[in-house]
Amino acid sequence: MLRDAFPLLVGNAIALFARLVTAVRGVWQGVEPAPRQRIYFANHSSNGDFVLIWTVLPPALRARTRPVAAADYWLKGRSKTFIGREVFNAVLIDRNPNTRREDPISQMVAALDDNASLILFPEGTRNMTDDTLLPFKPGLYHLSQARPDVELVPTWIDNLTSVMPKGKVIPVPLLCSVTFGEPLSVIENEDKAAFLARAEAALIAVAEEVAR
Amino acid sequence: MSAPAEFTTLIGGVLAILIIASVIGQVLKARMGPDNEVIDNLVARINAWWGMVVLLALAMLGGQAGVVILFALLSFAGLREFLTLTAKRRADHWALVVSFFVILPVQYILIWADWYGMFSVFIPVYAFLLLPIIMAVHGDTDGFLTRVAETQWGLMICVFAASHVPALLSLNIPGYEGKNVLLVAFLVVVVQLSDVLQYVWGKLIGRHKIAPRLSPSKTWEGFVGGVLSASLVGAGLWWMTPFTPLEAAGLSLIITLMGFFGGLVMSAIKRDKGVKDWGHLIAGHGGFIDRLDSVVFSAPIFFHLTRYFWSVV
Repeated sequence: MLRDAFPLLVGNAIALFARLVTAVRGVWQGVEPAPRQRIYFANHSSNGDFVLIWTVLPPALRARTRPVAAADYWLKGRSKTFIGREVFNAVLIDRNPNTRREDPISQMVAALDDNASLILFPEGTRNMTDDTLLPFKPGLYHLSQARPDVELVPTWIDNLTSVMPKGKVIPVPLLCSVTFGEPLSVIENEDKAAFLARAEAALIAVAEEVAR
Repeated sequence: MSAPAEFTTLIGGVLAILIIASVIGQVLKARMGPDNEVIDNLVARINAWWGMVVLLALAMLGGQAGVVILFALLSFAGLREFLTLTAKRRADHWALVVSFFVILPVQYILIWADWYGMFSVFIPVYAFLLLPIIMAVHGDTDGFLTRVAETQWGLMICVFAASHVPALLSLNIPGYEGKNVLLVAFLVVVVQLSDVLQYVWGKLIGRHKIAPRLSPSKTWEGFVGGVLSASLVGAGLWWMTPFTPLEAAGLSLIITLMGFFGGLVMSAIKRDKGVKDWGHLIAGHGGFIDRLDSVVFSAPIFFHLTRYFWSVV
């Protein structure tokens, strides 16, 4: 009992902190916060990104939504490991193809088969450029092929870069928002490049809507 | 917890108005149907007023500590909204951290310490010179003056000007000892009531827009009706101030005018930045700055007029 309560408490404390600093607001523009199985694919510019998505999800959805994160980052040190594993229940993947023992796609598919929703950053690394997005890695495509029934929701995280630029420790309190766009439609026999271009365009469209 | 007797009377009056407003809101809702946007917004605004009045009353019961802490938190919320919209680059991280976590708390500590000589120059002099230094040493010159100026504007409005509300508690007015919290109540009630009455007059008889490009909802009828009726109420509240009824009327006129123009200036910034509201945390009203713009513009003027003409240094 207590073993389950502690990670939940830490999780709520992290969400409260995120709210105090960013007053983050979830905007359900293209989908409702419904208990459907989904992959929220989002832009990535800060380590706090999935915390913001996680914070604006209603508790019932939050409990079954798992972020996909880098093992090399989250398995460093005891507290990070605890937060990554126990609090966020992250699907931890090894980004280095030479050392990894498990295929990241099969890990994510296993999580989906376990009825979890996923938070995924298809750019693969944090975007430090002035471009809206980095080119997407193919993982999202493979997932959509493997489990076509899962809704793919483009999710734009606004302003967190200014709150916590890479390499900075103290966050600047500024307002942030997380906007959920319309899920990608399914097109049969679509090739990889076309799918990824469409996914990127969908996320950029949400970003442009937010900027307006 | 030792509020002056006048405070109880005032709170009683405000609660009576809120109850009447809530009843009117519900009656209008029942009459106009559930899907009327204007009425929904009105009800949301009234509900938010309940929260704001309770918060303010509790802070005032907490004396100087309560009012200082409340306004420090309001400054934090306001500055967060303001600096979300201003120009900034990665190089400004430290300047922003210092603004939130050094300049803001120091200003309110100075207010708490009643150190007039310092709190009145700390942001206009020290922060004014320190901030561009911090930004310059990071070497990024793109849009430098804009970044510095917009950040400083945020500090002046959201921290410096706002801190003049709790600064009223440091005034030393002969024959008014221990009652300064009523000056805070007088300022806030008159200015906010003016906002409400401008809204009400505008909705009832507003025809001629005063500044259609800045704020489509502001009308001449609302402006004149709101400012004059709020000033009359202000005159009627003279018993809780060190002023005569005529003085209370004059000061009320000045602070409601400042409040009106404060709203206009802050609207101009919103239009410039392309947003409708400063934030989303106060249902029906928008952000904290949407509610505080008028108080922020009137507080320093009210503070200095009262200080020069009524207090002994």
